[in-house]
Amino acid sequence: MKLTPSGKDQHRHVALGATALVALVLLALPLVAGWLGPAWVRTLAFAALYVMLALGLNIVVGFAGLLDLGYIAFYAVGAYTFALLASPQLTENFPNIARAFPEGLHVPIWAAIPLGAGIAAAFGVLLGAPVLKLRGDYLAIVTLGFGEIIRIFLNNLNEPINLTNGPQGITLIDPVRIGQLRFDRSWSIWGLQLTSLQLYYYLFATLAVLCVLICVRLQDSRIGRAWVAIREDEIAAKAMGINVRNVKLLAFGLGATFGGVAGSMFAAFQGFVSPESFSLMESVIVLSMIVLGGLGHIPGVILGAVMLSVFPEFLRHTVGPLQNQLFGRILVDTEVLRMLVYGIALVVIMLYRPKGLWPAPLHGTAPRVAPSTPAQPPVGA
Amino acid sequence: MPRDLLLEVRSVNKRFGGLQALQAVGIRIERQQIYGLIGPNGAGKTTFFNVITGLVRPDTGAFELEGRSYEPTSVHRVAAAGIARTFQNIRLFGQMTVLENVMVGRHVRTHCGALAAVLRTRNARREEEQIRRRSAELLEYVGIGRFGHLQARALSYGDQRRLEIARALATDPKLLALDEPAAGMNATEKIALRGLLERIRSDGITILLIEHDVKLVMGLCDQVTVLDEGRIIKDGTPGQVQHDPAVIEAYLGRSHVPA
Repeated sequence: MKLTPSGKDQHRHVALGATALVALVLLALPLVAGWLGPAWVRTLAFAALYVMLALGLNIVVGFAGLLDLGYIAFYAVGAYTFALLASPQLTENFPNIARAFPEGLHVPIWAAIPLGAGIAAAFGVLLGAPVLKLRGDYLAIVTLGFGEIIRIFLNNLNEPINLTNGPQGITLIDPVRIGQLRFDRSWSIWGLQLTSLQLYYYLFATLAVLCVLICVRLQDSRIGRAWVAIREDEIAAKAMGINVRNVKLLAFGLGATFGGVAGSMFAAFQGFVSPESFSLMESVIVLSMIVLGGLGHIPGVILGAVMLSVFPEFLRHTVGPLQNQLFGRILVDTEVLRMLVYGIALVVIMLYRPKGLWPAPLHGTAPRVAPSTPAQPPVGA
Repeated sequence: MPRDLLLEVRSVNKRFGGLQALQAVGIRIERQQIYGLIGPNGAGKTTFFNVITGLVRPDTGAFELEGRSYEPTSVHRVAAAGIARTFQNIRLFGQMTVLENVMVGRHVRTHCGALAAVLRTRNARREEEQIRRRSAELLEYVGIGRFGHLQARALSYGDQRRLEIARALATDPKLLALDEPAAGMNATEKIALRGLLERIRSDGITILLIEHDVKLVMGLCDQVTVLDEGRIIKDGTPGQVQHDPAVIEAYLGRSHVPA
């Protein structure tokens, strides 16, 4: 008897092949982008950060169905936590801390990232707790307010004690260091010269892949199902014995954790944070990413995040030079153009693909099935 | 025939503003009974039902399940205590698959949290496997096993009702509370439903039923309570209730009461 590979084996081979391909592309991308110019590598690194943010927001909005318009606040909390832990800001302003750390405060990343994530998660629960009973528009308004509150605090907490250095922001943040490897310098390995930007890209891509893995595993779990159940029908979810309060807080907390990790990486990458990086517009952009890609569907969310983060760079490199060639000067600033195109793109998507570019396969595409009673034979048969 | 008491509810009062929705309502349900709750529209059946399952807070009332008192203060605790319910207007998780809907029902009897799921521990994998197997069994049990992969909202009306029952059964209830399970079903579907409910009862689960279809209630229930305007007007076996003048009056009006 000849054994043919079973469907499951075949499925596994396809999955393995796809994983290998994705890994290869992720590894090769910065090298290719390196030829095109450092700006592209930088864009790729930011794309990885945005993938993390989008995945985190997707837990709250996509899975649990809780519309959050202030998500960037957790990014800010993560960024400022890292900034305070690894810059001269605290030692300069607080003599006690300066005495305790005579060589300056340089918390290594293996401690700073969990702290950033943890504090962001605490803020997530802090936001989640008072809004448990709110849904839809009301929830959106409160979360929007929360996002603004955090930003305004960061903007004004330079008095009476200088914690955040106000609108000037915090500078001289330590770059990422893993053992002897400093991410602010280039590094040669196996005859390959990796720039600082490329190193950061690899770090962020690794973290983003980790986030994807966490999301995928959560989605197919008891917790993931509970989130979707709450999104679909909160009362029925309660009747199934789901403790809606805990499960919602978990969604807020976990979503915020992703934001916190991305934020702390952002701080280390830039070496500088200021409140203006965390405006409402950023929240809107991350939300646009997941809505555009496909709310609640992980591949769609990743697609949306990559598209919307690479797109402005693409515009800068095409439309700017094009205008220069045609008119001899820049008529419309690409930043303005970006918003215009965002707007048009979102309207078009909502009109023609209201579930996003790459929606979950079940969304609306399940066949209308015959009822359980046997179907009538066709007339004339 | 003395059988042990599963649920005892005493003196429930509930007022909505100026309306006394429930007035000193109580029931006693024995194990493995099918217990009917009937009454004209607006009699307070669904309110009473919601009180028992924790969805509506009563003004007063005492509740005992298996001899232990429980406070129906939150819906999820009532479900954990062992009362599962369905809804008059079907409440499925529309975008989840049929199988996933039932799997959600296992939530309250399983334990693995987010960390176990992320690390995919051996416990989590085993539990997930058990959830999946048990849910598939329940789908077969209610007769919609072949639809497991479909989106819940793609099912026909009668099958959606079956799915709601399977989902409720997934919580391992002691009492299955069904709010008008036959509403909107055709005659064939009703016969099948009746068979299903009898099978569930014979498998050891007690059923509390709100139903409008008098024929179904009279044929199926062991014990019936009739509510009207928030008060119990009669309880007893279907035979006793059927010929009670007060019940006939509540349903048909005074002129129909035999002199």
